[in-house]
Amino acid sequence: MNIFVPIKMVPDLVEELSIDPGGAALDTAWMRLILNEFDDHAIEQAILLKERVGGQVTVIAPDAPDVDDALFTAAAKGADRLVKLTGETGSLNSHAAARALAAVIQAEIPDLILTGVQAHNDLDGQVGPLLAESLSMPYIGYVSAVKIENRMATVKKEYPGGLLGEFMVELPAVLGIQASDEPPRYVAFSKVRQAMQTARIEERDLGALDPSGGATVSRMFQPEAAERARMLEGDAGEVAARLVEIMQESGVL
Amino acid sequence: MSENILVITEHLQGRVLDITYVMLAGARRLAEQTGGKVIAVLLGYKAQSLAGDFNAEAVHSYDRPSLEHFSPDACLRVLEAEINDEQPRAVLLGHTTLGMDVAGGLSARLNLPLVSQVQRFDGSNFVCQICGGKIMAEGPLPGETALVTMVPGGYRPEDGRGQTPPILEKQAPGLEGMRVRLSHFIEPEAGDVDIAKESVLVSVGRGLQNQNDLETIERLAKDLRGAVSASRPLVDKGWLPTSRLVGKSGKAVKPKMYLALGISGAPEHSEAITGSDLIIAVNTDPNAPIFNVAKYGVVMDMYELIESLSNALEQEAHAA
Ligand SMILES: Cc1cc2nc3c(=O)[nH]c(=O)nc-3n(C[C@H](O)[C@H](O)[C@H](O)COP(=O)(O)OP(=O)(O)OC[C@H]3O[C@@H](n4cnc5c(N)ncnc54)[C@H](O)[C@@H]3O)c2cc1C
Repeated sequence: MNIFVPIKMVPDLVEELSIDPGGAALDTAWMRLILNEFDDHAIEQAILLKERVGGQVTVIAPDAPDVDDALFTAAAKGADRLVKLTGETGSLNSHAAARALAAVIQAEIPDLILTGVQAHNDLDGQVGPLLAESLSMPYIGYVSAVKIENRMATVKKEYPGGLLGEFMVELPAVLGIQASDEPPRYVAFSKVRQAMQTARIEERDLGALDPSGGATVSRMFQPEAAERARMLEGDAGEVAARLVEIMQESGVL
Repeated sequence: MSENILVITEHLQGRVLDITYVMLAGARRLAEQTGGKVIAVLLGYKAQSLAGDFNAEAVHSYDRPSLEHFSPDACLRVLEAEINDEQPRAVLLGHTTLGMDVAGGLSARLNLPLVSQVQRFDGSNFVCQICGGKIMAEGPLPGETALVTMVPGGYRPEDGRGQTPPILEKQAPGLEGMRVRLSHFIEPEAGDVDIAKESVLVSVGRGLQNQNDLETIERLAKDLRGAVSASRPLVDKGWLPTSRLVGKSGKAVKPKMYLALGISGAPEHSEAITGSDLIIAVNTDPNAPIFNVAKYGVVMDMYELIESLSNALEQEAHAA
Protein backbone atom coordinates (compact mmCIF):
# COMPACT_ATOMS: atom_id res chain seq x y z
CA MET A 1 0.00 0.00 0.00
CA ASN A 2 1.45 3.29 -1.09
CA ILE A 3 -0.55 5.81 0.96
CA PHE A 4 -0.37 9.60 0.68
CA VAL A 5 -1.79 12.03 3.20
CA PRO A 6 -1.90 15.68 2.12
CA ILE A 7 -2.23 17.95 5.15
CA LYS A 8 -2.86 21.63 5.75
CA MET A 9 -2.20 24.08 8.57
CA VAL A 10 -5.19 26.23 9.60
CA PRO A 11 -5.76 29.11 12.04
CA ASP A 12 -6.29 27.92 15.62
CA LEU A 13 -9.86 28.89 16.41
CA VAL A 14 -9.16 29.07 20.12
CA GLU A 15 -7.19 32.25 19.44
CA GLU A 16 -8.80 35.53 18.59
CA LEU A 17 -8.97 36.04 14.83
CA SER A 18 -8.73 39.50 13.34
CA ILE A 19 -9.12 40.98 9.89
CA ASP A 20 -6.14 42.69 8.26
CA PRO A 21 -6.24 46.42 7.41
CA GLY A 22 -7.14 45.59 3.77
CA GLY A 23 -10.41 44.16 5.10
CA ALA A 24 -10.47 41.12 2.84
CA ALA A 25 -8.20 38.63 4.59
CA LEU A 26 -7.28 37.37 8.04
CA ASP A 27 -4.50 39.19 9.81
CA THR A 28 -1.69 36.66 9.93
CA ALA A 29 0.62 38.70 12.15
CA TRP A 30 -0.31 37.02 15.44
CA MET A 31 -2.16 34.08 14.03
CA ARG A 32 -1.28 30.66 15.41
CA LEU A 33 -1.54 27.79 12.97
CA ILE A 34 -2.38 24.22 13.89
CA LEU A 35 -2.90 21.06 11.89
CA ASN A 36 -6.42 20.78 10.45
CA GLU A 37 -8.02 18.31 12.87
CA PHE A 38 -9.54 16.15 10.11
CA ASP A 39 -6.06 15.83 8.57
CA ASP A 40 -4.92 14.50 11.93
CA HIS A 41 -7.59 11.82 11.60
CA ALA A 42 -6.42 11.13 8.03
CA ILE A 43 -2.86 10.59 9.29
CA GLU A 44 -4.12 8.24 11.98
CA GLN A 45 -6.23 6.27 9.50
CA ALA A 46 -3.23 5.92 7.17
CA ILE A 47 -1.03 4.61 9.97
CA LEU A 48 -3.73 2.18 11.13
CA LEU A 49 -4.01 0.81 7.58
CA LYS A 50 -0.26 0.47 7.31
CA GLU A 51 -0.21 -1.46 10.59
CA ARG A 52 -2.94 -3.78 9.31
CA VAL A 53 -1.98 -4.39 5.69
CA GLY A 54 1.55 -3.05 5.40
CA GLY A 55 2.85 -0.29 3.18
CA GLN A 56 4.33 3.15 3.27
CA VAL A 57 2.75 6.37 4.49
CA THR A 58 3.86 9.69 3.00
CA VAL A 59 2.62 12.87 4.61
CA ILE A 60 2.81 15.86 2.31
CA ALA A 61 2.18 19.53 3.06
CA PRO A 62 2.53 22.94 1.46
CA ASP A 63 4.91 25.14 3.42
CA ALA A 64 3.40 27.11 6.33
CA PRO A 65 4.49 28.29 9.77
CA ASP A 66 4.92 25.33 12.16
CA VAL A 67 4.33 22.79 9.40
CA ASP A 68 7.64 21.07 10.25
CA ASP A 69 6.32 20.29 13.72
CA ALA A 70 3.18 18.76 12.24
CA LEU A 71 5.27 16.65 9.85
CA PHE A 72 7.68 15.45 12.54
CA THR A 73 4.73 14.60 14.77
CA ALA A 74 3.35 12.45 11.95
CA ALA A 75 6.72 10.72 11.70
CA ALA A 76 6.73 10.07 15.44
CA LYS A 77 3.33 8.42 15.02
CA GLY A 78 4.59 6.15 12.25
CA ALA A 79 4.64 8.02 8.94
CA ASP A 80 7.55 6.89 6.74
CA ARG A 81 8.13 9.87 4.48
CA LEU A 82 7.68 13.59 4.93
CA VAL A 83 7.40 15.97 1.99
CA LYS A 84 7.14 19.76 2.10
CA LEU A 85 6.13 21.80 -0.94
CA THR A 86 8.04 25.05 -0.85
CA GLY A 87 7.94 28.23 -2.89
CA GLU A 88 5.64 31.19 -3.25
CA THR A 89 2.50 30.23 -1.29
CA GLY A 90 0.66 33.58 -1.65
CA SER A 91 -2.15 32.38 -3.93
CA LEU A 92 -2.55 28.95 -2.38
CA ASN A 93 -6.24 28.05 -2.35
CA SER A 94 -7.77 24.56 -2.53
CA HIS A 95 -7.65 24.51 -6.35
CA ALA A 96 -3.98 25.54 -6.48
CA ALA A 97 -3.09 23.10 -3.70
CA ALA A 98 -4.85 20.22 -5.46
CA ARG A 99 -2.99 20.93 -8.71
CA ALA A 100 0.37 21.21 -6.96
CA LEU A 101 -0.25 18.02 -4.99
CA ALA A 102 -1.39 16.14 -8.10
CA ALA A 103 1.80 17.09 -9.92
CA VAL A 104 3.95 15.61 -7.16
CA ILE A 105 1.81 12.61 -6.20
CA GLN A 106 0.96 11.37 -9.70
CA ALA A 107 4.49 10.18 -10.44
CA GLU A 108 4.57 8.23 -7.17
CA ILE A 109 1.74 5.89 -8.25
CA PRO A 110 -0.30 6.00 -5.03
CA ASP A 111 -2.80 3.30 -4.08
CA LEU A 112 -4.69 5.44 -1.63
CA ILE A 113 -4.85 9.13 -0.76
CA LEU A 114 -6.42 10.19 2.52
CA THR A 115 -7.33 13.83 3.17
CA GLY A 116 -9.30 15.48 5.94
CA VAL A 117 -12.91 15.83 4.79
CA GLN A 118 -12.62 19.60 5.00
CA ALA A 119 -10.79 22.47 6.64
CA HIS A 120 -12.67 25.27 8.35
CA ASN A 121 -11.13 27.91 6.10
CA ASP A 122 -11.78 26.19 2.75
CA LEU A 123 -13.34 28.87 0.57
CA ASP A 124 -13.16 27.17 -2.80
CA GLY A 125 -14.03 23.58 -2.02
CA GLN A 126 -12.03 20.77 -0.49
CA VAL A 127 -8.65 19.52 -1.66
CA GLY A 128 -9.74 15.84 -1.67
CA PRO A 129 -12.35 15.83 -4.46
CA LEU A 130 -10.36 18.34 -6.52
CA LEU A 131 -7.27 16.19 -6.25
CA ALA A 132 -9.22 13.03 -7.09
CA GLU A 133 -10.49 14.54 -10.31
CA SER A 134 -7.01 15.78 -11.30
CA LEU A 135 -5.74 12.23 -10.84
CA SER A 136 -8.83 10.61 -12.44
CA MET A 137 -9.52 8.72 -9.23
CA PRO A 138 -12.86 8.20 -7.48
CA TYR A 139 -13.59 10.19 -4.34
CA ILE A 140 -15.85 9.68 -1.37
CA GLY A 141 -15.95 11.78 1.79
CA TYR A 142 -17.39 11.86 5.32
CA VAL A 143 -15.58 8.56 5.85
CA SER A 144 -15.25 7.26 9.39
CA ALA A 145 -13.92 3.72 8.87
CA VAL A 146 -11.73 2.11 6.20
CA LYS A 147 -10.84 -1.51 5.44
CA ILE A 148 -8.64 -2.63 2.56
CA GLU A 149 -8.85 -5.98 0.76
CA ASN A 150 -7.85 -7.00 -2.77
CA ARG A 151 -7.48 -3.54 -4.29
CA MET A 152 -10.83 -2.57 -2.86
CA ALA A 153 -11.58 -0.26 0.04
CA THR A 154 -14.67 -0.81 2.14
CA VAL A 155 -15.57 2.45 3.82
CA LYS A 156 -18.28 3.74 6.09
CA LYS A 157 -19.72 7.07 5.02
CA GLU A 158 -21.62 9.24 7.49
CA TYR A 159 -25.11 10.50 6.79
CA PRO A 160 -27.14 12.78 9.05
CA GLY A 161 -28.61 11.33 12.22
CA GLY A 162 -25.96 8.68 12.77
CA LEU A 163 -26.89 6.68 9.66
CA LEU A 164 -23.93 5.06 7.88
CA GLY A 165 -23.56 3.82 4.32
CA GLU A 166 -21.07 1.07 3.60
CA PHE A 167 -19.44 1.64 0.21
CA MET A 168 -17.04 -0.35 -1.95
CA VAL A 169 -14.42 1.84 -3.57
CA GLU A 170 -11.99 0.66 -6.26
CA LEU A 171 -8.38 1.63 -5.68
CA PRO A 172 -6.59 3.85 -6.36
CA ALA A 173 -8.92 6.32 -4.70
CA VAL A 174 -9.07 9.47 -2.62
CA LEU A 175 -11.01 9.31 0.67
CA GLY A 176 -12.16 12.32 2.68
CA ILE A 177 -11.69 11.33 6.30
CA GLN A 178 -14.12 12.62 8.91
CA ALA A 179 -12.87 10.42 11.73
CA SER A 180 -10.33 7.61 11.91
CA ASP A 181 -11.35 4.11 13.07
CA GLU A 182 -9.68 4.86 16.37
CA PRO A 183 -9.00 8.29 17.90
CA PRO A 184 -5.69 9.86 16.77
CA ARG A 185 -2.91 8.46 18.94
CA TYR A 186 -1.02 10.58 21.39
CA VAL A 187 2.74 10.87 21.05
CA ALA A 188 5.02 12.10 23.76
CA PHE A 189 7.06 15.17 22.90
CA SER A 190 10.25 13.19 23.45
CA LYS A 191 9.29 10.99 20.51
CA VAL A 192 8.60 14.03 18.34
CA ARG A 193 12.01 15.41 19.32
CA GLN A 194 13.57 12.10 18.37
CA ALA A 195 11.80 12.25 14.99
CA MET A 196 13.22 15.72 14.49
CA GLN A 197 16.67 14.22 14.73
CA THR A 198 16.13 11.11 12.66
CA ALA A 199 13.42 11.89 10.10
CA ARG A 200 14.13 14.02 7.06
CA ILE A 201 11.74 16.41 5.36
CA GLU A 202 12.09 16.20 1.57
CA GLU A 203 11.52 19.53 -0.07
CA ARG A 204 9.82 19.84 -3.44
CA ASP A 205 9.12 22.96 -5.41
CA LEU A 206 5.48 24.06 -5.44
CA GLY A 207 6.02 25.48 -8.91
CA ALA A 208 3.89 28.29 -10.30
CA LEU A 209 0.57 28.13 -8.48
CA ASP A 210 -2.65 28.07 -10.50
CA PRO A 211 -5.51 29.25 -8.26
CA SER A 212 -8.11 29.40 -11.04
CA GLY A 213 -11.44 27.95 -10.02
CA GLY A 214 -11.31 29.81 -6.72
CA ALA A 215 -13.20 32.88 -5.62
CA THR A 216 -12.10 36.42 -4.80
CA VAL A 217 -13.02 37.79 -1.40
CA SER A 218 -13.79 41.51 -1.31
CA ARG A 219 -14.67 41.77 2.37
CA MET A 220 -14.18 39.76 5.55
CA PHE A 221 -16.01 40.49 8.76
CA GLN A 222 -17.11 38.99 12.04
CA PRO A 223 -20.70 37.81 12.02
CA GLU A 224 -23.25 40.25 13.38
CA ALA A 225 -25.54 38.10 15.47
CA ALA A 226 -29.20 38.91 15.05
CA GLU A 227 -29.53 38.57 18.78
CA ARG A 228 -26.39 37.97 20.76
CA ALA A 229 -26.63 36.26 24.11
CA ARG A 230 -27.30 38.34 27.17
CA MET A 231 -24.10 37.96 29.19
CA LEU A 232 -24.42 37.20 32.89
CA GLU A 233 -21.81 38.98 34.99
CA GLY A 234 -20.59 38.36 38.50
CA ASP A 235 -18.76 35.62 40.36
CA ALA A 236 -19.64 31.97 39.96
CA GLY A 237 -22.04 32.01 42.91
CA GLU A 238 -23.95 35.03 41.62
CA VAL A 239 -24.17 33.67 38.10
CA ALA A 240 -25.35 30.28 39.38
CA ALA A 241 -28.09 31.91 41.44
CA ARG A 242 -29.23 33.92 38.42
CA LEU A 243 -29.24 30.77 36.27
CA VAL A 244 -31.47 28.99 38.77
CA GLU A 245 -33.88 31.93 38.57
CA ILE A 246 -33.84 31.81 34.78
CA MET A 247 -34.54 28.08 34.85
CA GLN A 248 -37.46 28.66 37.20
CA GLU A 249 -38.85 31.49 35.09
CA SER A 250 -38.73 29.37 31.96
CA GLY A 251 -40.33 26.38 33.65
CA VAL A 252 -37.28 24.13 33.46
CA LEU A 253 -37.18 23.77 37.24
CA MET B 1 -25.59 30.66 -21.09
CA SER B 2 -28.72 31.24 -19.05
CA GLU B 3 -29.46 33.20 -15.91
CA ASN B 4 -31.10 30.19 -14.28
CA ILE B 5 -30.14 28.74 -10.92
CA LEU B 6 -29.89 24.97 -10.57
CA VAL B 7 -30.49 23.44 -7.16
CA ILE B 8 -29.18 19.92 -6.68
CA THR B 9 -31.80 18.62 -4.28
CA GLU B 10 -30.98 16.14 -1.52
CA HIS B 11 -33.04 13.33 -0.10
CA LEU B 12 -32.26 10.27 1.95
CA GLN B 13 -34.30 7.14 2.55
CA GLY B 14 -37.41 8.67 1.04
CA ARG B 15 -37.23 12.02 2.85
CA VAL B 16 -36.24 15.38 1.47
CA LEU B 17 -33.44 16.88 3.58
CA ASP B 18 -33.94 20.38 4.98
CA ILE B 19 -30.90 21.76 3.18
CA THR B 20 -32.86 21.27 -0.06
CA TYR B 21 -35.44 23.84 1.01
CA VAL B 22 -32.73 26.18 2.31
CA MET B 23 -31.06 26.02 -1.11
CA LEU B 24 -34.36 26.56 -2.94
CA ALA B 25 -34.96 29.65 -0.80
CA GLY B 26 -31.44 30.94 -1.55
CA ALA B 27 -31.84 30.18 -5.23
CA ARG B 28 -35.05 32.21 -5.29
CA ARG B 29 -33.23 35.26 -3.96
CA LEU B 30 -30.42 34.82 -6.44
CA ALA B 31 -32.84 34.30 -9.36
CA GLU B 32 -34.53 37.58 -8.47
CA GLN B 33 -31.15 39.22 -9.03
CA THR B 34 -30.30 37.46 -12.28
CA GLY B 35 -33.80 37.45 -13.74
CA GLY B 36 -33.60 33.69 -14.27
CA LYS B 37 -35.59 30.68 -13.11
CA VAL B 38 -35.04 28.22 -10.29
CA ILE B 39 -34.65 24.66 -11.53
CA ALA B 40 -34.60 21.83 -9.01
CA VAL B 41 -32.57 18.80 -10.10
CA LEU B 42 -33.72 15.51 -8.62
CA LEU B 43 -31.74 12.27 -8.89
CA GLY B 44 -33.26 9.05 -7.64
CA TYR B 45 -35.53 6.15 -8.41
CA LYS B 46 -39.29 6.56 -8.16
CA ALA B 47 -38.47 9.75 -6.31
CA GLN B 48 -40.54 12.26 -8.27
CA SER B 49 -43.22 12.50 -5.60
CA LEU B 50 -40.60 14.15 -3.36
CA ALA B 51 -40.62 17.26 -5.56
CA GLY B 52 -44.25 18.16 -4.85
CA ASP B 53 -43.51 21.11 -2.58
CA PHE B 54 -40.38 22.53 -4.19
CA ASN B 55 -40.34 26.29 -4.71
CA ALA B 56 -39.04 26.10 -8.29
CA GLU B 57 -40.18 26.85 -11.84
CA ALA B 58 -39.31 23.33 -12.95
CA VAL B 59 -37.92 20.03 -11.75
CA HIS B 60 -35.43 18.13 -13.87
CA SER B 61 -35.76 14.53 -12.90
CA TYR B 62 -33.26 11.76 -13.54
CA ASP B 63 -35.09 8.68 -12.41
CA ARG B 64 -33.66 5.21 -12.79
CA PRO B 65 -32.79 2.20 -10.62
CA SER B 66 -29.05 2.87 -10.66
CA LEU B 67 -29.71 6.28 -9.07
CA GLU B 68 -31.78 4.93 -6.20
CA HIS B 69 -28.89 5.41 -3.79
CA PHE B 70 -26.29 8.13 -3.87
CA SER B 71 -22.95 7.34 -5.44
CA PRO B 72 -20.51 10.22 -5.99
CA ASP B 73 -19.33 8.68 -9.27
CA ALA B 74 -22.79 8.38 -10.80
CA CYS B 75 -23.99 11.71 -9.45
CA LEU B 76 -20.95 13.44 -10.95
CA ARG B 77 -21.66 12.00 -14.37
CA VAL B 78 -25.34 12.99 -14.35
CA LEU B 79 -24.67 16.51 -13.09
CA GLU B 80 -21.90 17.01 -15.63
CA ALA B 81 -24.46 16.40 -18.39
CA GLU B 82 -27.14 18.53 -16.72
CA ILE B 83 -24.83 21.53 -16.26
CA ASN B 84 -23.56 21.27 -19.83
CA ASP B 85 -27.18 21.24 -21.05
CA GLU B 86 -28.36 24.14 -18.96
CA GLN B 87 -25.34 26.44 -18.75
CA PRO B 88 -26.88 28.06 -15.64
CA ARG B 89 -25.64 31.15 -13.79
CA ALA B 90 -25.13 29.10 -10.63
CA VAL B 91 -25.43 25.57 -9.32
CA LEU B 92 -26.29 25.21 -5.63
CA LEU B 93 -25.27 22.03 -3.83
CA GLY B 94 -25.42 21.18 -0.14
CA HIS B 95 -22.26 21.64 1.92
CA THR B 96 -23.13 18.15 3.05
CA THR B 97 -22.18 14.51 2.84
CA LEU B 98 -23.84 14.41 -0.60
CA GLY B 99 -23.02 17.79 -2.14
CA MET B 100 -19.40 17.98 -0.99
CA ASP B 101 -18.64 14.64 -2.61
CA VAL B 102 -19.39 15.99 -6.08
CA ALA B 103 -18.86 19.78 -6.03
CA GLY B 104 -15.06 19.57 -6.23
CA GLY B 105 -15.15 16.92 -8.96
CA LEU B 106 -17.54 19.06 -11.02
CA SER B 107 -15.33 22.11 -10.57
CA ALA B 108 -12.23 20.29 -11.78
CA ARG B 109 -13.98 18.35 -14.54
CA LEU B 110 -15.96 21.26 -16.02
CA ASN B 111 -13.44 23.96 -15.20
CA LEU B 112 -15.99 25.94 -13.20
CA PRO B 113 -15.25 28.09 -10.16
CA LEU B 114 -16.43 26.81 -6.78
CA VAL B 115 -17.33 28.68 -3.60
CA SER B 116 -17.95 26.66 -0.46
CA GLN B 117 -19.65 27.15 2.91
CA VAL B 118 -21.93 29.83 1.46
CA GLN B 119 -24.59 30.88 3.94
CA ARG B 120 -26.46 33.50 1.90
CA PHE B 121 -26.37 35.84 -1.06
CA ASP B 122 -26.19 39.59 -0.77
CA GLY B 123 -27.28 40.91 -4.14
CA SER B 124 -25.15 38.79 -6.44
CA ASN B 125 -22.39 38.45 -3.85
CA PHE B 126 -21.82 35.24 -1.93
CA VAL B 127 -21.39 35.38 1.85
CA CYS B 128 -19.47 32.41 3.29
CA GLN B 129 -19.28 31.33 6.87
CA ILE B 130 -15.75 30.16 7.64
CA CYS B 131 -13.43 29.49 10.57
CA GLY B 132 -15.99 27.63 12.64
CA GLY B 133 -18.49 30.47 12.40
CA LYS B 134 -16.05 33.14 13.57
CA ILE B 135 -15.56 34.83 10.19
CA MET B 136 -17.72 35.75 7.21
CA ALA B 137 -16.20 36.22 3.75
CA GLU B 138 -17.98 38.05 0.96
CA GLY B 139 -17.24 38.38 -2.73
CA PRO B 140 -18.71 38.45 -6.22
CA LEU B 141 -20.12 35.20 -7.57
CA PRO B 142 -17.26 34.09 -9.85
CA GLY B 143 -17.28 33.06 -13.49
CA GLU B 144 -20.21 32.64 -15.87
CA THR B 145 -21.40 29.51 -14.11
CA ALA B 146 -20.51 29.32 -10.42
CA LEU B 147 -20.71 26.19 -8.29
CA VAL B 148 -21.74 26.85 -4.70
CA THR B 149 -21.98 24.60 -1.65
CA MET B 150 -24.42 25.91 0.93
CA VAL B 151 -24.60 25.70 4.70
CA PRO B 152 -27.85 26.27 6.63
CA GLY B 153 -28.53 29.41 8.64
CA GLY B 154 -29.08 32.02 5.93
CA TYR B 155 -32.58 31.07 4.77
CA ARG B 156 -35.66 29.53 6.31
CA PRO B 157 -36.65 26.15 4.90
CA GLU B 158 -40.29 27.36 4.75
CA ASP B 159 -39.29 29.83 2.03
CA GLY B 160 -38.06 26.97 -0.13
CA ARG B 161 -41.48 25.36 -0.17
CA GLY B 162 -43.95 26.05 -2.94
CA GLN B 163 -46.40 24.34 -5.21
CA THR B 164 -46.10 21.40 -7.55
CA PRO B 165 -43.65 22.57 -10.18
CA PRO B 166 -43.79 20.79 -13.56
CA ILE B 167 -41.49 17.80 -13.85
CA LEU B 168 -39.32 17.31 -16.89
CA GLU B 169 -37.93 13.81 -17.23
CA LYS B 170 -34.39 13.78 -18.45
CA GLN B 171 -32.35 10.91 -19.81
CA ALA B 172 -29.36 10.05 -17.64
CA PRO B 173 -26.07 9.34 -19.40
CA GLY B 174 -24.63 5.81 -19.24
CA LEU B 175 -23.70 4.82 -15.71
CA GLU B 176 -21.55 1.74 -16.28
CA GLY B 177 -18.20 1.21 -14.60
CA MET B 178 -18.94 3.14 -11.42
CA ARG B 179 -15.97 2.87 -9.05
CA VAL B 180 -17.89 3.72 -5.87
CA ARG B 181 -20.91 1.60 -4.94
CA LEU B 182 -23.16 1.50 -1.89
CA SER B 183 -23.38 -2.00 -0.46
CA HIS B 184 -25.81 -1.29 2.37
CA PHE B 185 -26.94 1.15 5.04
CA ILE B 186 -26.12 0.67 8.70
CA GLU B 187 -28.87 2.08 10.89
CA PRO B 188 -27.74 3.96 14.02
CA GLU B 189 -27.77 1.95 17.22
CA ALA B 190 -30.52 3.08 19.51
CA GLY B 191 -28.94 4.60 22.59
CA ASP B 192 -30.21 4.34 26.14
CA VAL B 193 -31.72 7.82 25.76
CA ASP B 194 -33.07 9.64 22.75
CA ILE B 195 -31.56 13.13 23.03
CA ALA B 196 -34.01 14.42 20.41
CA LYS B 197 -36.81 13.83 22.93
CA GLU B 198 -35.20 15.07 26.15
CA SER B 199 -36.53 18.30 27.62
CA VAL B 200 -33.24 19.26 29.28
CA LEU B 201 -29.81 18.64 27.78
CA VAL B 202 -26.52 19.29 29.51
CA SER B 203 -24.17 19.28 26.57
CA VAL B 204 -20.41 19.13 26.84
CA GLY B 205 -17.64 19.91 24.39
CA ARG B 206 -13.89 19.92 24.23
CA GLY B 207 -13.81 22.22 27.26
CA LEU B 208 -14.27 19.01 29.28
CA GLN B 209 -10.76 18.08 30.31
CA ASN B 210 -11.05 14.41 30.98
CA GLN B 211 -13.38 11.50 30.75
CA ASN B 212 -13.80 11.05 34.49
CA ASP B 213 -15.31 14.51 34.71
CA LEU B 214 -18.33 13.12 32.91
CA GLU B 215 -19.54 11.86 36.29
CA THR B 216 -19.93 15.43 37.44
CA ILE B 217 -21.82 16.27 34.28
CA GLU B 218 -24.09 13.25 34.70
CA ARG B 219 -24.88 14.37 38.24
CA LEU B 220 -25.70 17.89 37.06
CA ALA B 221 -27.94 16.49 34.32
CA LYS B 222 -29.68 14.33 36.91
CA ASP B 223 -30.27 17.35 39.16
CA LEU B 224 -31.84 19.11 36.21
CA ARG B 225 -33.85 16.00 35.24
CA GLY B 226 -32.15 15.92 31.87
CA ALA B 227 -29.62 13.94 29.88
CA VAL B 228 -26.03 14.47 28.80
CA SER B 229 -25.24 15.16 25.16
CA ALA B 230 -22.00 16.18 23.49
CA SER B 231 -20.17 17.76 20.59
CA ARG B 232 -18.30 15.71 18.06
CA PRO B 233 -14.76 15.71 19.48
CA LEU B 234 -15.91 13.93 22.67
CA VAL B 235 -17.73 11.30 20.63
CA ASP B 236 -14.70 10.85 18.37
CA LYS B 237 -12.58 10.26 21.48
CA GLY B 238 -15.00 7.53 22.47
CA TRP B 239 -16.05 9.25 25.68
CA LEU B 240 -19.72 9.18 24.71
CA PRO B 241 -21.64 7.06 22.20
CA THR B 242 -22.82 8.47 18.85
CA SER B 243 -26.38 8.39 20.14
CA ARG B 244 -25.43 11.39 22.32
CA LEU B 245 -24.01 13.44 19.45
CA VAL B 246 -25.66 16.78 18.69
CA GLY B 247 -25.06 18.27 15.26
CA LYS B 248 -24.85 17.84 11.55
CA SER B 249 -23.65 14.25 11.78
CA GLY B 250 -25.63 13.49 14.91
CA LYS B 251 -29.08 14.56 15.98
CA ALA B 252 -30.98 17.83 15.87
CA VAL B 253 -32.40 18.58 19.32
CA LYS B 254 -35.15 20.84 20.61
CA PRO B 255 -35.17 20.72 24.42
CA LYS B 256 -36.73 23.27 26.75
CA MET B 257 -33.19 24.04 27.87
CA TYR B 258 -29.87 23.36 26.20
CA LEU B 259 -26.95 24.04 28.52
CA ALA B 260 -23.75 24.17 26.43
CA LEU B 261 -20.59 23.74 28.49
CA GLY B 262 -17.23 24.26 26.76
CA ILE B 263 -18.71 24.09 23.27
CA SER B 264 -17.45 26.66 20.75
CA GLY B 265 -20.61 26.66 18.64
CA ALA B 266 -19.19 25.64 15.26
CA PRO B 267 -21.86 25.78 12.53
CA GLU B 268 -21.99 21.97 12.35
CA HIS B 269 -23.01 21.95 16.00
CA SER B 270 -25.16 25.09 16.17
CA GLU B 271 -27.38 24.21 13.23
CA ALA B 272 -28.82 21.37 15.28
CA ILE B 273 -29.71 23.30 18.45
CA THR B 274 -31.62 26.30 17.12
CA GLY B 275 -34.92 24.56 17.82
CA SER B 276 -34.24 24.74 21.59
CA ASP B 277 -36.49 27.02 23.68
CA LEU B 278 -33.63 28.26 25.81
CA ILE B 279 -29.89 28.02 25.16
CA ILE B 280 -27.42 28.87 27.91
CA ALA B 281 -23.74 28.79 26.99
CA VAL B 282 -20.70 28.70 29.25
CA ASN B 283 -17.35 29.31 27.61
CA THR B 284 -14.04 30.90 28.56
CA ASP B 285 -13.76 32.57 25.14
CA PRO B 286 -15.92 35.73 24.96
CA ASN B 287 -15.81 35.50 21.14
CA ALA B 288 -17.04 31.91 20.95
CA PRO B 289 -19.73 31.70 18.21
CA ILE B 290 -22.00 29.79 20.60
CA PHE B 291 -22.88 33.20 22.11
CA ASN B 292 -24.47 34.12 18.75
CA VAL B 293 -27.11 31.45 19.17
CA ALA B 294 -27.48 31.37 22.96
CA LYS B 295 -30.02 33.41 24.87
CA TYR B 296 -27.81 33.72 27.94
CA GLY B 297 -24.04 33.57 28.04
CA VAL B 298 -21.46 33.15 30.77
CA VAL B 299 -17.75 33.77 30.20
CA MET B 300 -16.27 31.52 32.84
CA ASP B 301 -14.44 28.27 33.45
CA MET B 302 -17.16 25.65 33.18
CA TYR B 303 -15.78 23.73 36.16
CA GLU B 304 -16.09 26.74 38.39
CA LEU B 305 -19.64 27.36 37.28
CA ILE B 306 -20.73 23.72 37.54
CA GLU B 307 -19.68 23.60 41.16
CA SER B 308 -21.63 26.73 42.04
CA LEU B 309 -24.60 25.68 39.98
CA SER B 310 -24.76 22.28 41.67
CA ASN B 311 -24.67 23.99 45.06
CA ALA B 312 -27.37 26.44 44.05
CA LEU B 313 -29.57 23.63 42.76
CA GLU B 314 -29.10 21.68 45.96
CA GLN B 315 -30.10 24.68 48.07
CA GLU B 316 -33.08 25.18 45.83
CA ALA B 317 -34.13 21.55 46.26
CA HIS B 318 -33.91 21.90 50.04
CA ALA B 319 -35.86 25.13 50.01
CA ALA B 320 -38.65 23.63 47.93
C1 LIG C 1 -18.67 17.39 8.01
C2 LIG C 1 -18.61 17.74 9.44
C3 LIG C 1 -19.61 17.32 10.30
C4 LIG C 1 -19.55 17.67 11.65
N1 LIG C 1 -20.56 17.27 12.47
C5 LIG C 1 -20.56 17.68 13.76
C6 LIG C 1 -21.63 17.34 14.65
O1 LIG C 1 -22.58 16.62 14.30
N2 LIG C 1 -21.57 17.80 15.92
C7 LIG C 1 -20.55 18.58 16.38
O2 LIG C 1 -20.57 18.97 17.54
N3 LIG C 1 -19.51 18.88 15.57
C8 LIG C 1 -19.50 18.46 14.27
N4 LIG C 1 -18.44 18.77 13.48
C9 LIG C 1 -17.24 19.38 14.09
C10 LIG C 1 -17.35 20.87 14.27
O3 LIG C 1 -16.85 21.50 13.11
C11 LIG C 1 -16.46 21.33 15.44
O4 LIG C 1 -15.14 20.91 15.23
C12 LIG C 1 -16.94 20.80 16.79
O5 LIG C 1 -18.33 21.07 16.94
C13 LIG C 1 -16.16 21.44 17.89
O6 LIG C 1 -16.53 20.90 19.12
P1 LIG C 1 -16.29 21.70 20.48
O7 LIG C 1 -17.06 22.96 20.43
O8 LIG C 1 -16.56 20.77 21.59
O9 LIG C 1 -14.73 21.94 20.45
P2 LIG C 1 -13.87 23.31 20.21
O10 LIG C 1 -14.33 23.93 18.96
O11 LIG C 1 -12.50 22.91 20.38
O12 LIG C 1 -14.39 24.22 21.39
C14 LIG C 1 -14.10 24.02 22.72
C15 LIG C 1 -14.60 25.26 23.43
O13 LIG C 1 -14.45 25.09 24.82
C16 LIG C 1 -14.02 26.30 25.39
N5 LIG C 1 -13.36 25.93 26.65
C17 LIG C 1 -12.18 25.32 26.83
N6 LIG C 1 -11.95 25.10 28.13
C18 LIG C 1 -13.03 25.58 28.78
C19 LIG C 1 -13.39 25.64 30.17
N7 LIG C 1 -12.61 25.15 31.13
N8 LIG C 1 -14.56 26.21 30.49
C20 LIG C 1 -15.39 26.72 29.52
N9 LIG C 1 -15.08 26.68 28.22
C21 LIG C 1 -13.93 26.11 27.86
C22 LIG C 1 -13.13 26.91 24.36
O14 LIG C 1 -13.07 28.32 24.52
C23 LIG C 1 -13.83 26.52 23.07
O15 LIG C 1 -14.75 27.51 22.64
C24 LIG C 1 -18.48 18.43 12.14
C25 LIG C 1 -17.49 18.82 11.27
C26 LIG C 1 -17.53 18.50 9.94
C27 LIG C 1 -16.46 18.96 9.03
